[in-house]
Amino acid sequence: MTAVLETSDLSKTFTLHARGGLVLPVFSGISLSLRPGECLALTGHSGSGKSSLLRCLYGNYSASSGDVRIRHADQWVSLSTAAPREVLEVRRRTLGYVSQFLRVIPRVSTLDIVAEPLRRLGVAADEARSQAAQWLARLNLHERLWHLPPATFSGGEQQRVNIAHGLIAGHPVLLLDEPTASLDADNRRVVVELIHAARAGGAAVIGIFHDDEVRAAVASRCLDVEDYRQSN
Amino acid sequence: MDTNYNFGFLDERTKKMIRRAILKAVAIPGYQVPFGAREMPFAYGWGTGGVQVTASIIGRHDVLKVIDQGADDTTNAVNIRRFFARTTGVATTEKTAAASIIQTRHRIPEAALTEAQTLVYQVPMPEPLFRLEPRRAETITMHALAEYGLMNVKLYEDIAQLGAISKTYDYPVLVNERYLTSPSPIPKFDNPKMHMNPALQLFGAGREKRIYAIPPYTAVRSLDFEDHPFEVQRWKHACALCGADDSFLDEMIVDDAGSRLFVCSDSDFCSERREAGYVGTQQAVHMPDVIAPTPTPTPTAAKGMA
Amino acid sequence: MTGDLLLSVRGAGKQFMQGNRLRWACRDVSFDLYPGEVLAVVGESGSGKSTLLRLLAARLGLDAGSVHYDVRGEAGADGGPGRSAAGLVDLAQLSEARLRWLSRTDWGFVEQHARDGLRMNVSGGANIGERMMALGARHYGKLRSEALSWMERVELETDRIDDLPGSYSGGMQQRLQIARNLVTHPRLVFMDEPTTGLDVSVQARLLDLVRELVNQLQLAAVIVTHDLAVARLLAHRMLVMKDGCVVEQGLTDRVLDDPQHPYTQLLVSSVLTP
Repeated sequence: MTAVLETSDLSKTFTLHARGGLVLPVFSGISLSLRPGECLALTGHSGSGKSSLLRCLYGNYSASSGDVRIRHADQWVSLSTAAPREVLEVRRRTLGYVSQFLRVIPRVSTLDIVAEPLRRLGVAADEARSQAAQWLARLNLHERLWHLPPATFSGGEQQRVNIAHGLIAGHPVLLLDEPTASLDADNRRVVVELIHAARAGGAAVIGIFHDDEVRAAVASRCLDVEDYRQSN
Repeated sequence: MDTNYNFGFLDERTKKMIRRAILKAVAIPGYQVPFGAREMPFAYGWGTGGVQVTASIIGRHDVLKVIDQGADDTTNAVNIRRFFARTTGVATTEKTAAASIIQTRHRIPEAALTEAQTLVYQVPMPEPLFRLEPRRAETITMHALAEYGLMNVKLYEDIAQLGAISKTYDYPVLVNERYLTSPSPIPKFDNPKMHMNPALQLFGAGREKRIYAIPPYTAVRSLDFEDHPFEVQRWKHACALCGADDSFLDEMIVDDAGSRLFVCSDSDFCSERREAGYVGTQQAVHMPDVIAPTPTPTPTAAKGMA
Repeated sequence: MTGDLLLSVRGAGKQFMQGNRLRWACRDVSFDLYPGEVLAVVGESGSGKSTLLRLLAARLGLDAGSVHYDVRGEAGADGGPGRSAAGLVDLAQLSEARLRWLSRTDWGFVEQHARDGLRMNVSGGANIGERMMALGARHYGKLRSEALSWMERVELETDRIDDLPGSYSGGMQQRLQIARNLVTHPRLVFMDEPTTGLDVSVQARLLDLVRELVNQLQLAAVIVTHDLAVARLLAHRMLVMKDGCVVEQGLTDRVLDDPQHPYTQLLVSSVLTP
């Protein structure tokens, strides 16, 4: 089975100009290949660059060198060199991302936030909202919260909104950044089931799982980012 | 004729300049042509523009009629007619049908004009957009690019605020489907007469120094909306003197009780009808609802009076 | 966001005399814009962003470079004279009449101060209807119902249709301005600091509205703002300007989360978060 996401010699370095040009190397030389149905878990201590790697794969961080390629509409698209609108198109259809913290848009209800990825795929408003409701129910988010903007929700509630938002469109490639960090055992179980279901549907997943149990339940292989730490 | 003046008061070079402006105006119907208006022996606001146009086109064999609000006998009309008699010796008349040049302030004669006639209008403000866009540079651009949305905005606003378009005189028209033009402060009643008129219509604005023209048989359309079409004024009464029910009527208050006499504004039209035997009611119309009745004094108040 | 190129800018620049020296207010700006894309131009005062906006909207003449736009129905649609290889028209070649027509139909321009973008002496309904009337719409009833429907769309109370804009609040005036610009279904809208000066809650509502409209109508937009939060919320792409030059450009979240240029890093780190 052919890969859906590949990197070649990917490296990331931050240069903090405000600190007199201080150079912070993160990782270098990562070459990975992800196939449908896989779940690759990124491991390493806090600060080792796991989130940064994920963000590079999403196009949110630019690669300092090397390349990130994704299989989109039967073609390889290089996220490192693609024009912004191409990256956005890839994110719309192919590449999903569950971030660590929910970025809140004022005034938009939880239901509409979760429905948005479907709306962007052309699904009608009513149908999108009804699917969003199913996802929120699955994640045990109480119905009375659906019409509220999530700004005032607890960390765990916000995280569940994030997960629903990231998974609802059924993207073939998923990037998950600590999806269970703020969740209780029941909800962790739900998320594990959702990841299994996605993989069974052919999705390829790369994730950062703080919880050993969750990682053991979902990952098919691991990559330790610390192995790619740049030497100064 | 007073031989101290050149024929028509203006010198020949000036008349040539004005005729060139008129030719340009006729070539571009409705377009305001700037011209070098001269100092005239009467003040701005009294028809200097119209007089300069007439002076430039009048010839020895022309017959001139001058009207002011339809009447030949008001001060303005009398003075201008005398001015031309004095400086040209040309024949003058009060009969519309007999005139070759008719200079008018604020009315179009009721009688239909012919191809042999020229109508010269006195114009105070030639720019129809003046009240909406005071910047001249902007209105020049708007005319050049035919950007007349602003005038429609004004008409829309009238309907929205007042229920109907409020302009009853100097009602804006589109000439030859191209230039937005001020017909001068004629009542909107007269606007339809401008359309496809066999006569040449010339417009002169002395203070603003502009000349424009509507050549014979030119399309002239009053602006309106499809669902608020242009309408002329109608009266419930006919002329008290001649009985005409299709002419523009002057309304004169004749007593303290508010009685009104409705009379044709076009004095020649009315007298022609009377000569032909038409007679009106000869009566003022009592309009009791218009003015409140005089309150009768109370007994206590009257007591103190001597 | 597929479709043919809409706006193409190459090396755009504008000079001004300052004292006795020529100064470039902005220079060497290049980018392409596609239908449905929103580009934020971000920078502090004096960065040249407002000058750039006016250059793009042909309100100022270029001193360097070119701006090409996909003018519909322009002569040379078959690739004849006037059209570049990409099929776009050089705005400098258009007559003033054509540019003014373009500004009134296929473009919108939302001013920072609503008073500059509205006719303050006619009602809200007349303001919205003006572009349609300029294009020859002559049915009062239809103009009015179109104005009412746009007022609903921008969340203005329809019973204010006959009120003068002076009686509207600042947020309402901005929404009226937006409606006035959108009646002709423009494909490209320029916005100059659309939310600056408004109360925070009013800003939030307005930004929501703009987001909604951009999505629904597939508008392309160039939005000048000094507020990075506005850029993040509305724009797909960003241009960061300093002293008249573009120091960084790219995907909005990339520029804001992983700024490369020193100035961008400074801007991003300077933003206060409550």
